[in-house]
Amino acid sequence: MRPSVEQIWDWLDTIPDPEIPVITLTDLGIIRDVAWEDNSCVVTVTPTYSGCPATSIINLEIETALRGHGLEDIRLKRQLSPAWTTDWMTQRGREKLENYGIAPPQPAGGPDKCPNCASSNVEKLSQFGSTPCKAQWRCKDCLEPFDYFKCI
Amino acid sequence: MEAKFEALLRLGDNALILGHRVSEWCGHAPVLEEDIALANTALDLLGQTNLWLEYAGEVEGKGRSADDLAFLRDAWDFRNVLLVELPNGDFGQTILRQFLFDAFNLLNLRALTGSSDPRIAEIAEKAAKEAAYHVDRSSGTVIGLGDGTDESHRRMQDALNLLYPYAMELFITDEVDAEMAKAGVIPSPDTLKAEYDALVNGVIAEATLEKPEAHFGHRGAGKTGKMHTEHLGHLLTQMQWLQRAYPGNAW
Ligand SMILES: [Zn+2]
Repeated sequence: MRPSVEQIWDWLDTIPDPEIPVITLTDLGIIRDVAWEDNSCVVTVTPTYSGCPATSIINLEIETALRGHGLEDIRLKRQLSPAWTTDWMTQRGREKLENYGIAPPQPAGGPDKCPNCASSNVEKLSQFGSTPCKAQWRCKDCLEPFDYFKCI
Repeated sequence: MEAKFEALLRLGDNALILGHRVSEWCGHAPVLEEDIALANTALDLLGQTNLWLEYAGEVEGKGRSADDLAFLRDAWDFRNVLLVELPNGDFGQTILRQFLFDAFNLLNLRALTGSSDPRIAEIAEKAAKEAAYHVDRSSGTVIGLGDGTDESHRRMQDALNLLYPYAMELFITDEVDAEMAKAGVIPSPDTLKAEYDALVNGVIAEATLEKPEAHFGHRGAGKTGKMHTEHLGHLLTQMQWLQRAYPGNAW
């Protein structure tokens, strides 16, 4: 008996993002589809950034997790379009990011508040951060620098 | 040689060679934030390279991968414009070159999202988002440095005088461009010039810089592969060092 697509989604929902392990791959919104094609389990994944070095690790993590659940015939499909957007991040993912100290993406293009003290008195330090998906900001009240998850 | 393969090499090689140049700053930028920003920009460009050259290899149909095309060709096979292979110069020169390229890249990628080739359209859709972010940063930094101190202003003006004529190669069109434009695959670069001028002139003015007379064109020597500067060969000795020293080695 092969597992249902829903079951596979549940398994994928437990795989942490390799660079921000506090959220899962499904929180990030990069898994676009799970389907059975004949006897192959096909997982469609979209990259966050075209040069994101985590892409191959993410594919490896998916394959390892599904093999751990007994699946053998696994195919990973890359999908570029529609291009990934932070709108696909789950609400749960946003909350987990904020609790972890990373300000979640905002349509306004910058964090609405400091993830440490909730002050809205924040300033941008750099448009880029420690990974392609983040920028560096600083809180002018508690003076803590923090990562902001870029909105794209 | 097939026009689409040639055109894809131009897209991929511009991103590859600029990405490599920008990555040379890693660990050397004037401040940590800029170091990280430059490395991230290089990373985006290398990601775009991978998508373009992977497709180029498929179109060519000889089984060459993106890595094969990046690491196993020599200078005369590269199709990048001369602008991107020039040495970095100082930080201001690097940022100015970035802006002159980013502005073209963004307009070109946005136009490519309407390509009649769906693969090109989807790569462009992905890359255009990154390019928009790059323009945002490079234009802001050009303005900050141009309209900055006397020294930063002087250096930015020198960089513009040097680089602006090179940027004009981006708009030279040849028979490859004409064939691609006719098939609706890639817009003819000269059709992007008016929008490019509007964007670049605005930023240059805000940066209190003066556009030099660019009366001499570079006649498309880089994009056709007819002639590169000596700098490309030196760059390749670094970039391709591993494959040259240990042919066929893989991770
Ligand atoms: Zn704070």
